[in-house]
Amino acid sequence: MRVPLSWLAEFVDLQPGTTPEQVHAALVRVGLEEEEIHRFEVSGPVVVGQVLDFVEEPQKNGKTIRWCQVQVAPEGERAADGGDAVHGIVCGAHNFLVGDKVVVTLPGAVLPGPFPIAARKTYGHVSDGMIASVRELGLGDDHEGILRLSTLGLDPEVGADAIALLGLDDSAVEINVTPDRGYAFSIRGVAREYAHSTGAVFRDPALTRAPEPAAERVEEREARLETRTPAEERVEEREARLETRTPAEERVEEREARLETHIPALHVTLDDTAPIRGRQGATVFVTRVVRDVDPARPTPPWMTSRLTLAGIRSRALIVDVTNYVMLELGQPIHAYDLDRLTGDITVRRAQPGETLVTLDDATRELNGEDLVIADASGAIGLAGVMGGASTEIGADTRNVLIEAANFDPVSIARTARRHKLPSEASKRFERGVDPRVAEAAAARVVQLLETLAGGRADARGSVIDESTPRHPIDLVRGYVSSLIGVDYTDDEIRGSLSEIGAELEVTETGLAVTPPSWRPDLAAPCDLAEEVARIVGYDRIPSVLPVAPPGRGLSRSQQLRRQASAALADAGLTEVLAYPFVDANANDTFGSPVGESVRAMRLANPLDASAPFLRVSLLPGLLDVARRNLSRGFTDLAVYEAGLVFLPQDGVQYGSSALPVGAALPAADTLAALNAGIPPQPRRIAAVLLGNTVDRQPEQPPVPVGVADAIAVARQVGHAIGATIDVVQGSHGALHPGRTAELVVNGAERAHHVGYAGELLPALAAELDLPRVVAVVELDLDLLIHLASSHVEARQIADYPAATQDLSLVVPISAAAGDVHTAVVQGAGPLLEDARLVDDYRGSGVPEGAKSLTFALRFRASDRTLTAAEASGAKLAGAALAAERYGATIRE
Amino acid sequence: MPASTSEPAAGLALNLGLVSEPIEISEQSVGQAVEVALAAIAAAQDSTQLKAVRSAHLAESSALARLNASMRTVPNEQKAAAGKLVGQARARVNQAFSAREAEIVEAEDARRLAEEAVDVTALASRWRPGARHPLNLLQERIADVFVGMGWEVAEGPELESEWYNFDALNFDEDHPARAMQDTFFVEPADAHLVLRTHTSPVQLRALLAGELPVYRVAPGRVYRTDELDATHTPVFHQIEGIAVDKGLTMAHLRGTLDHFVKAMFGDEATVRLRPNYFPFTEPSAELDLWHPTFSQGPRWIEWGGCGMVNPNVLRSAGIDPDEYSGFAFGVGVERALMFRNDVKDMHDMVEGDIRFSQQFGMVV
Repeated sequence: MRVPLSWLAEFVDLQPGTTPEQVHAALVRVGLEEEEIHRFEVSGPVVVGQVLDFVEEPQKNGKTIRWCQVQVAPEGERAADGGDAVHGIVCGAHNFLVGDKVVVTLPGAVLPGPFPIAARKTYGHVSDGMIASVRELGLGDDHEGILRLSTLGLDPEVGADAIALLGLDDSAVEINVTPDRGYAFSIRGVAREYAHSTGAVFRDPALTRAPEPAAERVEEREARLETRTPAEERVEEREARLETRTPAEERVEEREARLETHIPALHVTLDDTAPIRGRQGATVFVTRVVRDVDPARPTPPWMTSRLTLAGIRSRALIVDVTNYVMLELGQPIHAYDLDRLTGDITVRRAQPGETLVTLDDATRELNGEDLVIADASGAIGLAGVMGGASTEIGADTRNVLIEAANFDPVSIARTARRHKLPSEASKRFERGVDPRVAEAAAARVVQLLETLAGGRADARGSVIDESTPRHPIDLVRGYVSSLIGVDYTDDEIRGSLSEIGAELEVTETGLAVTPPSWRPDLAAPCDLAEEVARIVGYDRIPSVLPVAPPGRGLSRSQQLRRQASAALADAGLTEVLAYPFVDANANDTFGSPVGESVRAMRLANPLDASAPFLRVSLLPGLLDVARRNLSRGFTDLAVYEAGLVFLPQDGVQYGSSALPVGAALPAADTLAALNAGIPPQPRRIAAVLLGNTVDRQPEQPPVPVGVADAIAVARQVGHAIGATIDVVQGSHGALHPGRTAELVVNGAERAHHVGYAGELLPALAAELDLPRVVAVVELDLDLLIHLASSHVEARQIADYPAATQDLSLVVPISAAAGDVHTAVVQGAGPLLEDARLVDDYRGSGVPEGAKSLTFALRFRASDRTLTAAEASGAKLAGAALAAERYGATIRE
Repeated sequence: MPASTSEPAAGLALNLGLVSEPIEISEQSVGQAVEVALAAIAAAQDSTQLKAVRSAHLAESSALARLNASMRTVPNEQKAAAGKLVGQARARVNQAFSAREAEIVEAEDARRLAEEAVDVTALASRWRPGARHPLNLLQERIADVFVGMGWEVAEGPELESEWYNFDALNFDEDHPARAMQDTFFVEPADAHLVLRTHTSPVQLRALLAGELPVYRVAPGRVYRTDELDATHTPVFHQIEGIAVDKGLTMAHLRGTLDHFVKAMFGDEATVRLRPNYFPFTEPSAELDLWHPTFSQGPRWIEWGGCGMVNPNVLRSAGIDPDEYSGFAFGVGVERALMFRNDVKDMHDMVEGDIRFSQQFGMVV
C-alpha cells in the first residue's frame, strides 16, 4: 500500500515538514512494515507558460517542429530560471494553439529519468526550456502531445509553479500490509494507525454524511465547481460531516426508514444457494445511481497525482473516481453503465456452464463456487474480483450504477485464485473489508462524480445489509498483563482498545470488548492483548529470562551425526549442501542397484521442470556440485553432504485426502494415519572424490583417488559413530563392476546393508562430464547409528608380552582377502589379538591364478607370557581354516 | 657404560675353560698391553673402528684378558701385587675406551642430526584440510546456546503433511497467509503433502510428543518456491524455538531472545520487537537485531519473527491454553550468515563451490 502524504494529511494531523521517513518510522512502530518511498522526481523551475506565437518549420528528417514564443512569467517580471519573461522553445508536438497554457520546464529543471533540462541548440534555434507532456512529467502514459492545462479544466496564472499545481511535490510512503490487516489497504486505515502511533488527531472519512437538502447541495456543488475542489475545502466539508456522526444503531434505523420510502432504480436480490463453508457470499450490497455524467471530463490533477503516487494508472474519470474511493476508504467499488444493464440485479453463484467476458476481454468459464453479479442477461461481473465487459463504462456512458458491496473473503480468495485474477479489489476482500463503510464509500463516489463529472445522483440508492453484528469478546481482568508480562493499568487497557475503535463494557469478570467493524482479525482475547501491547508500545515489555527444566543435551543421534560430519571434514572432505531436486533418470541410476525405475515423490509445482523429483540418493546432487567445481578449476575434489532422502515405498499410498481441522487435537487414529501418510525420509551421508587424494609434492608422488578412498570415507564415518563397517565385493548399476564395495554392518543375527562405495561406471562418468575415475560412497546414516553399539564393554588390557608372526597364504586370485582374513581370525582363536593384511603378491614363486596374501599377526594371552609354540599353533589353526575354506597353502 | 664393561666380563666367564697359555704378569708385559690398547683407542675414528678396538684390546682374546686369566698361575704370595697391577691396567683401558666411545657417539649423533635436516617449508602434506558448511556450523552453534539453557533440539520430516505445516498452526485453508507461503506441493496435490515452508511443524510435533513443559529448538531445511537470486533461495534453513509452560509471557520471550543474541553475537547485541502478524502467534512481533560491529555498520537488522503461541496452536496439540502459554520464535540461518559474516550472495551458499566452505574450515 502506497500512501501519498497529502492524502494522509486530510485525515490525520501531519506536522508541517513531516518527512516520508518520519511517517515510515511512525507506522513501523505500530506494526506496518516499511517498504519504499515514492516521489515524482520533478524539481527546479517548472512553470505555467502561455504560447504567444509559433512558426512551423519543416525539417530535413521529414518532421515539422514548432518554434514557439512562450510567456513564462508575467510581463515585466523575471522568469523562474532568472531569464526573460518570454522564452523561445522548440516543440515537436502539434496539439496546441496560440493562447494555450502549458507546462514549461525551464533550464535547471529536472524531470524523471533523471532528465536535466538546459538551454540547448536544436533545429537551428536555442531552445530555452521544454514544453512537457504528461508522460515526461511522470503523471501517466500520455505522450500524444504536450499537456494543455485547459484539458484539465485549469486556467492558472502564467509563471505559476506547475509542480505544486499538478501535485508533483507530493510523495508517498509504501508499507507492507500483513494479511490480517485488510484495513490498512486504505488511507483511512493507515491514517488511523498513524494516529495510534503519534497521538495525532484522526478524522474518520467514512462517517456517514447527514442527508442534505437538495438545493443546498446544488449550490455547494456549484461553488465547488468554480474552485476545483482544493483539499482545504474538502476538509471543511468533511469536518461538517463529523459533527453529524451517528452511532451504528441510529444509522440502521435511519437506513430502514429510507428503505421504506425510496424507489430504487433497480431491485437487488442476494441469492446465495451454495454458501462456501457456511458463509453467505454477499452480506452488504449498496447501489447508487448517478445520471447525466460526462465521462470525457478530465481527472483533476490532484487526483491524478495521488493515484499515480499510489501506484494506480490514471485512465478515465469514472474509473479514476472508483479507484480513488477504494484507496481512500478501502471499499472496492464497481461502476456499471446503467443503460447497458438488463433488468434487476441478483448476486448468486455461477450456474453450470455459465461464461463471462471480463473487463480484460477474456472469456471465463465459471465455476459453481464463483460468486457473480447477474442481471436478466446473465452474469455481468465476477463479484469482488473483476467486472464484465458487457456493462463496462465507456466514452458514451451517461448514467452510472455504483456498487459498493461486502463479499465473503473465502469466496473471493478462491475465485481470484481459480481464475488467476488477483486484483486490487480481491486483495482487499480476501483480507476483509469493513462492512460498515460501503454506504459512505458509495456516497463518496456520488459526491465526486457530481463534482467532477457533472452528474446528478438519484436521491436514494438501494442498501442491503445482512451482515451479522460483531459479538463482544470477554476480556478477563488480568489476562492481558499475564500474557504480555507487563502490569498494564486499567486505563491503559481501556484506552488502547477505545483508541482502535472497540466498544467496551465493564463486566463482572473484566471487559466485554466489541471490536470495530473494520477489524475482522480481532476475534479472541489474545488478539486484544496484542492491540494493547502495540498501542502502549512493545518497548514496554521487559526482558525476563525463563528457566527451562534441566535438559538432556543433544540426543545420541544428534551427537553422532555431528561427529560423523566432523570426522569427514577432519579427513579432508568439504561439506556442501545440494538442492534435493533431481530428474527421474538420476533417481533411477542411483536409487536402484540395478538401475530400474524407482518410485520417487514428484513436485506438483517444481521451479525447474527438468528436475521435478525429490532425491532418493544424495549422489546426483554431489555429482552436480563436483562438476561445477571442476568447471571452476578444482581438479582434486572431495565433497560430502549429509541430508534427507525421500523414499516412498512401492504399493503405499501417501498423503491424506482430507485433513483434520486445526485448533483441535485430532483423534489418535487420525493422527496416526496422518503420520503414516508421510513417506520415509532417512538421513544419508555421501561423498564424491575425484582427482588426487594426496597432491603431488616434493618427494611425494600424487596418490590418485580410487575405490579405496570411498571405502575409507565409509570407515571414517563408521569409526566416528562407533560402528564397524565391513566391506564385501558388491555390484551396483552405476558403479564400476570390479570396483564396487557393498558396505555392511555385521549384527548379532545378520549382516545389515548400509550402503555402497565404489568408482562410477566410466561411461556414466563420461556422460556426466566427469573424469574417468570418480569415487563415490553413500551410507544410510540413520541405520548406521541405529546399528552402532551404544555401549562398550571394556576388556581388561593384558600387559603380558605380545608375540608377532607373519603368515603368507597362497590362495586363488578369486578369494577375497577380506574372507581369507576372516578365516584366519576365526581359525586362530582368542590368542590372536590383531591380524593385518600387509602384502598381496602375485608373480614369480606363486602359481598362475593364485596370489600370496601376507598377514602380520599379533598374539597375546591375557594371563601368561605366550610361548613361541603357542603362537605358532594359533597361526597354523588360522591357516588351516583358510585352507579349508579357500584352499590356502602356507607359503614358506 | 654398563654395557661395555659387563660384556667382556660375561665373555670372560663363558670362556674360562678355554684359556690355556698363561702369560707372565710383569710390569713390562702389563704396561705394554696398556700402551698398545690406549694407542688403539685413541686412533679409533668412528664406532666401527671402536668396535674393532674393543675386540682387539678388551675382549677375551686381548692381551689384558689373557693377563687376567693368567692370575690363576701366579703364586699365592704374589697374587695381591699382580692382581693390583692387572686390575689397574684394565681399569685404565676401560676408562679410556668409555671416554673415547662417548666422544665418538656424540660426534656421530651431531653429524646424523645435521644430515637429517629438512626444509620444513617444503614438506609434503599427507592430509588435506576439509571443511564443514558454515550454515550447518551456525545451526549447531545456535542450537548449542539453547542446549546450554536446558533446551533440547527437535527434528522432523522435510516432506510434511499440510496439517502439520498449516492447519494445526492456525493457517486457515483460505487465508491469504497460506497462499503467501509459496509452497511446494507433491503430486497429487490433493494428498496434502508439502515441503515444509518453515520448521514450525517440528514444534507442533514436539508439543504432541512431549510432556509439558516443552523448551525446544528446531533447526533445519525449509522450502519456498522462490527462484534463486542474490537474496533468495528455494531451499534454506531456519532455526525455530518454542517454549510452552505455565505462566510464560512475552517478557520471557524477550528475555530468551536477549540472552540468545548476546550469547551469539556478544554483549553489545540487542533485540527490538515490532508488531507484526503470523498466524501461529498472537501477539506477534518482528525480531530486529542491533549490532555495532557488523560490516555495514551499527544498525537494526530484520532477523526473524516471534510471538506468543496462538491458543489455537496449543489446542491443535491438545494443550489447554487456559492452563499453559508459550512463546515461539524463528530466525533465518542464511540471513544470519549474511549479516554476521558478510556473505553477499546467496549463490555462494548453495552452489557448493568448495572455496565457500573452506574459507570457514571447522569454525564459523
